[in-house]
Amino acid sequence: MAAGVAAWLPFARAAAIGWMPVANCPMPLAPADKNKRQDELIILNVSGRRFQTWRTTLERYPDTLLGSTEKEFFFNEDTKEYFFDRDPEVFRCVLNFYRTGKLHYPRYECISAYDDELAFYGILPEIIGDCCYEEYKDRKRENAERLMDDNDSENNQESLPSLSFRQTMWRAFENPHTSTLALVFYYVTGFFIAVSVITNVVETVPCGTVPGNKELPCGERYAVAFFCLDTACVMIFTVEYLLRLFAAPSRYRFIRSVMSIIDVVAIMPYYIGLVMTNNEDVSGAFVTLRVFRVFRIFKFSRHSQGLRILGYTLKSCASELGFLLFSLTMAIIIFATVMFYAEKGSSASKFTSIPASFWYTIVTMTTLGYGDMVPKTIAGKIFGSICSLSGVLVIALPVPVIVSNFSRIYHQNQRADKRRAQKKARLARIRVAKTGSSNAYLHSKRNGLLNEALELTGSPEDEHLTKTTSLIESQHHHLLHCLEKTTGLSYLVDDPLLSVRTSTIKNHEFIDEQMFEQNCMESSMQNYPSTRSPSLSSHPGLTTSCCSRRSKKTTHLPNSNLPATRLRSMQELSTIHIQGSEQPSLTTSRSSLNLKADDVLRPNCKGSQITTAIISIPTPPALTPEGESRPPPSSPGSTTNIPPIGSNIVKVSAL
Amino acid sequence: MNLEGLEMVAVLVVLALFVKVLEQFGLFEPVSLEDSVEDEFELSTVCHRPEGLEQLQEQTKFTRKELQVLYRGFKNECPSGIVNEENFKQIYSQFFPQGDSSTYATFLFNAFDTNHDGSVSFEDFVAGLSVILRGTIDDRLNWAFNLYDLNKDGFITKEEMLDIMKSIYDMMGKYTYPALREEAPREHVESFFQKMDRNKDGVVTIEEFIESCQKDENIMRSMQLFDNVI
Repeated sequence: MAAGVAAWLPFARAAAIGWMPVANCPMPLAPADKNKRQDELIILNVSGRRFQTWRTTLERYPDTLLGSTEKEFFFNEDTKEYFFDRDPEVFRCVLNFYRTGKLHYPRYECISAYDDELAFYGILPEIIGDCCYEEYKDRKRENAERLMDDNDSENNQESLPSLSFRQTMWRAFENPHTSTLALVFYYVTGFFIAVSVITNVVETVPCGTVPGNKELPCGERYAVAFFCLDTACVMIFTVEYLLRLFAAPSRYRFIRSVMSIIDVVAIMPYYIGLVMTNNEDVSGAFVTLRVFRVFRIFKFSRHSQGLRILGYTLKSCASELGFLLFSLTMAIIIFATVMFYAEKGSSASKFTSIPASFWYTIVTMTTLGYGDMVPKTIAGKIFGSICSLSGVLVIALPVPVIVSNFSRIYHQNQRADKRRAQKKARLARIRVAKTGSSNAYLHSKRNGLLNEALELTGSPEDEHLTKTTSLIESQHHHLLHCLEKTTGLSYLVDDPLLSVRTSTIKNHEFIDEQMFEQNCMESSMQNYPSTRSPSLSSHPGLTTSCCSRRSKKTTHLPNSNLPATRLRSMQELSTIHIQGSEQPSLTTSRSSLNLKADDVLRPNCKGSQITTAIISIPTPPALTPEGESRPPPSSPGSTTNIPPIGSNIVKVSAL
Repeated sequence: MNLEGLEMVAVLVVLALFVKVLEQFGLFEPVSLEDSVEDEFELSTVCHRPEGLEQLQEQTKFTRKELQVLYRGFKNECPSGIVNEENFKQIYSQFFPQGDSSTYATFLFNAFDTNHDGSVSFEDFVAGLSVILRGTIDDRLNWAFNLYDLNKDGFITKEEMLDIMKSIYDMMGKYTYPALREEAPREHVESFFQKMDRNKDGVVTIEEFIESCQKDENIMRSMQLFDNVI
């Protein structure tokens, strides 16, 4: 029911008087309006802009935020108004929805911002009125495509070792850039396609004469050579096709796909030729089959994105092309008929029949004008000129549509590539910014450690840091500190100077870290000998106690791959690396955020023993072999002793 | 078609093209029959404003605030100030999405449109509502009789009643339980007439109607439902 007519409900109820006298059964009781409040004005303060409306207006849609009691949460007692800290521009549309019953989508608004606002106010986007729904859907689709692109490109960057051989092969076929072998294969097939096409072309060139004064095409002169070349190409194509068929996730679908049909059509003539050898009867058909060899050139579309776009464009413009064809056919028939009858009288006219005039009409309408058929009578010439004029028009009409389609698809593709390229740069910049902010925590922590009791420190460098600590920051730091205390582990800091770390992070490989120890405040100043073993997981012991005892520490682990990969994509933007702090002696440890985060939550603090190794007790044995399987990368820093407060690895990200 | 005929056609085509070219140059104005362009914008920009609030207060039994609320709702749906039949039917149909309420809406429209000028203004609207919601039982019964009496001749015939009954059943729609039978409206009309028609002359007059309704408990009770609608 539209909002506006909600006001007419009393009228509809009054109109029911017509049913009363004819009713056979007694009527049900009317609902009592308990709090019969007079309609009052509500003030909605959205980021400072005040909107006012009647309470009943808002109550028209009781399943939204504004229509239900949920808005009471936003009621500000002091100013007696409802305050929403949201975008006032979008709120205008939302409020108009209550007033008029129609939700509009303004063009200048960003689609995701708009969606967020709608979600906040509890309004379903499906209610958007017809006037704006198309625009909304288009924008939403573009956004979804963009997101999918992003996801795809992210997925491509991940190494998913859990693929089967078949899946890796398929991936190699579809994305040649994933591995060198795939790239080699890609280029080899490309080369052979080119060879095959050139062979087909050169075969027919007349080269030299044979004694007997007959010009032979090269194909017959060097028949053996060409045959060998053809065989080689077909071998490669066959092998490629079979491999693709084997690797395809859905063989049935693969067989039906266009590319596979082209592959089959490209290699079939050869095999058919083999089978039929020199049978005279079908040699004519055999010659025809050779024509299909030219389809090999379409195999290039796997190698060229432009070709694919062209094909896709033509497919999407199918209706325009159909219209073009239909209108051309109509015009051809009309003009052919007219020309035939116009030229009927003239002697030796080439227009012997209407189908014969088709040729003239087509040639004229497409402005080719071969001149092999020319009208001679006056009427014929008049109609011929009209024919050529109209031909230009008819052909020119659907062409812009096709062109604009092509342009749109092409630009979309370009946009996807550009976006992917920009994304890397963007992420790198974001990462640098985040490490900067995450360092603040470590700095402040260090300051806290050094001067735990003092709020204000006298040392100059600390002043600079404490100055920049706002209330929110200090609360955040306090929170992280509490977490550290809970688990007995502590954060490590990334040293932006050591680029090795960041690159390894980017590759989502294990991280080479220098562990430094920073435990409790009391013990921070002391040096501890610690033993470190690369095969971390096997050492449960070696812990540093939270508060007093110290013993060996172990670092740990290679993390399990599975949880790691899950969060990999998040890694760059928001990750938490918690690592057991270690003594200076190097160990290479691998950590993945994920694992750390999981493990951190485990109650590691048994008594006073804390294993910084995440593995410690309940680690699954699976971690060990995985950890072991990766050779520790050697990094320059890993062999040096690190002073207690060293700089280290990676990241603390926003929680 | 012989050649000469075709040549004639060709010449005619050339002449037509020539005329078109002259048109382009503006030297040859074609005869325009009527200006049909302006007709498109001949919308009903009629705007009707109701009489003042005080007058309406006198004429109806609504309070000032109630009139304000009513007018706001009215104006929201009908910005031009008057409702025509189409609009009326469309508004009413929004309350009965499953069925077809257009016939009943027509009858309602005719009942509200007291001066029969094809449109219901706010005064008509409020006057009708005032009778139904704030009037005495007799007033309400009178109004109902007026609704049933389609040709406003003072008598309700069986055909009129059948039309009304069918329109009411139409509003229920097709998917009811138990399913609607063909004869249900007719049977309903028969029972109605049996109850109402005292002298069995085949029509129901206003006196018969009021008298019969006052005797019927159910109807009396249902009339009181309208006390608290606004």
